[in-house]
Amino acid sequence: MENPIKTYTLPDEKGHFEIFGGQYVPETLIPALSELKELYNTLKQDGAFTEELSQILKSYAGRPTPLTYANRISEELGFHVYLKREDLAHTGAHKINNVLGQILLAKRMGEKRIIAETGAGQHGVATATAAAKFGFPCTIYMGTEDIERQKLNVFRMELLGAEVIPVSSGSCTLKDAINEAIRDWITNVETTYYLIGSVVGPHPYPMIVRDFQSIIGKETKIQFKDITNGDQAPDTIVACVGGGSNAIGIFHTFLSDNVRLVGVEAAGKGLKTDKHAASITKGSFGVLHGSASFILQSEDGQITLPHSISAGLDYPGVGPEHSYLKSIGRVEYASATDDESISAYIWLSEKEGILPALESAHALSFLRSPDNGIHSGENVVICLSGRGDKDVQTVAEFLGRDI
Amino acid sequence: MNRIQQLFKKPGGKLIPYVTAGYPSLNLTTKLVLAMEKGGADMIELGLPFSDPLADGPVIQASSQVALKNGVNTQWVLEQVEIIRKSSQIPITLMGYINPILKYGYNKFFFDCQQVGVDGIIAPDLPIEEAKDFVLLSKSNNISPILLVAPNTPNDRIRTISQMAGDLVYCVAILGVTGEKLSKEATLVKYLSRVRENSNTPFIVGFGIKTHQDVERINRLSDGAVVGTSFVEKLRDSNHPEKTVLKYVKELKGVK
Repeated sequence: MENPIKTYTLPDEKGHFEIFGGQYVPETLIPALSELKELYNTLKQDGAFTEELSQILKSYAGRPTPLTYANRISEELGFHVYLKREDLAHTGAHKINNVLGQILLAKRMGEKRIIAETGAGQHGVATATAAAKFGFPCTIYMGTEDIERQKLNVFRMELLGAEVIPVSSGSCTLKDAINEAIRDWITNVETTYYLIGSVVGPHPYPMIVRDFQSIIGKETKIQFKDITNGDQAPDTIVACVGGGSNAIGIFHTFLSDNVRLVGVEAAGKGLKTDKHAASITKGSFGVLHGSASFILQSEDGQITLPHSISAGLDYPGVGPEHSYLKSIGRVEYASATDDESISAYIWLSEKEGILPALESAHALSFLRSPDNGIHSGENVVICLSGRGDKDVQTVAEFLGRDI
Repeated sequence: MNRIQQLFKKPGGKLIPYVTAGYPSLNLTTKLVLAMEKGGADMIELGLPFSDPLADGPVIQASSQVALKNGVNTQWVLEQVEIIRKSSQIPITLMGYINPILKYGYNKFFFDCQQVGVDGIIAPDLPIEEAKDFVLLSKSNNISPILLVAPNTPNDRIRTISQMAGDLVYCVAILGVTGEKLSKEATLVKYLSRVRENSNTPFIVGFGIKTHQDVERINRLSDGAVVGTSFVEKLRDSNHPEKTVLKYVKELKGVK
């Protein structure tokens, strides 16, 4: 199939990816979003800013992360699998890339306080970490349901000096944590920086988060050439999609290249049930948390409750850019169930000595799908977005093991 | 001319009570609106409940959850307006987040609103950047699009917003969500004088208004005061909902 993208300049000035994206927020937030957009557009051209960011990514976050050849699973599958090791970044996931970028923006804006939402806790931990490093007071909103399944991360955030506020409205998960963070921001907009953790929310966030995460793809491109002695690019790149920041991060650099891109959503207990979080595959057009995208909703336009065993994918929406890339056919979107992901989690642990995050295990699971369209001998890169230590308890419970 | 345009041609401050449609129960919505009118309300703001109301505080959030559990949807709310119109000509504006309206379909929504006798629409998560089609379709159906202004909206933007709205603007009184405390007098005076100087249209003010004194203060500085959270709170704690809202409207108006 011909690549529909030759040059890629989206979003437009108002944050639209054609019909997706935009700024569907209360008027109170518009001045803050405009200020953020202007500052960001200036700073991304500013050599001192980009240098400061790349230094801290190197000396503090441990970038570049390696690209690891997974020889045992490659042998089993009959194609070459490379793992982009975001699990080895500081705090154990790709989230830190975006957080360090945004905290530098907050510093330049002279903000006094950082707030963020978290689902699995990875973004909360990364935010609490950066807030500690830069001396900001930090408040993290987290659904009570997520607090229950990610106790370790809650304690990590507290150790890092953040205040974790439990959110018990709606489904008590990520979507409700975002609602509550937005309410806090509306109330404290003059002093507070809202550090969004994924490529969601109103413009300019999906663009800013994408740009900060695109380092994953940029490194991958260079590393792949080095490892393969000059092969242009991998044949296929696979990443999991909740809000979609690690996926956009690894895809973005390759959008106009001849590379097959696959996003894997959470199918939960199955796409035929109503217990999944596959907003692109099963959702419809709508507005959630400040942007237009594919969302899970009822016939009346009420947001419905998603399900995934992986807290980081348990979200009824997806970044607007993913909806756009789906609509033009540039990225394929598949899905993996809870069962398949747990199985992939164990598989990678046993075969490669790497515990993947349950989120990333969704992407891995695609490799084992019989109709994945991957040919033997192909080069496939998986974005291993995070490490799986945080999920040990969930996996044990799923397997009926008492630990 | 619709009922909102007529109402705001008259001088003097107005009182605009809010209630979430379908709260506390389905059979009360039309009765509560009529009781509010009887008490002396000038216009009614009827809430279309949404699962994720991010500009609302805990009280209105909870009322939306109850209404949705009661089975409320957009269709049902429009039917209630149709029923109210059999016995009342009070101006009615709907207040609803944009997703359920989008899902209903803009064309059908504004057409149906006009058919049943809705006069205005407030969408708290639709800034002017995204409001072009909304405003066009609203006006072409003789419905007033009531766009919002906040305390941090710059003067030139207030001018643009009011020009786009055409009939009426809704000023959020505070930096915050519904149900929070009203700002100090000096802050309010400064803000609302700025709106008065820059707005091309009449404007009403909401968020944090609870007492007769608040209403008087706001009405000295604007064209109307919206009271929402307090109505919902009083309904939550009441065994005689109609009497409660009638009495509270009178109290807010300063009528014995």
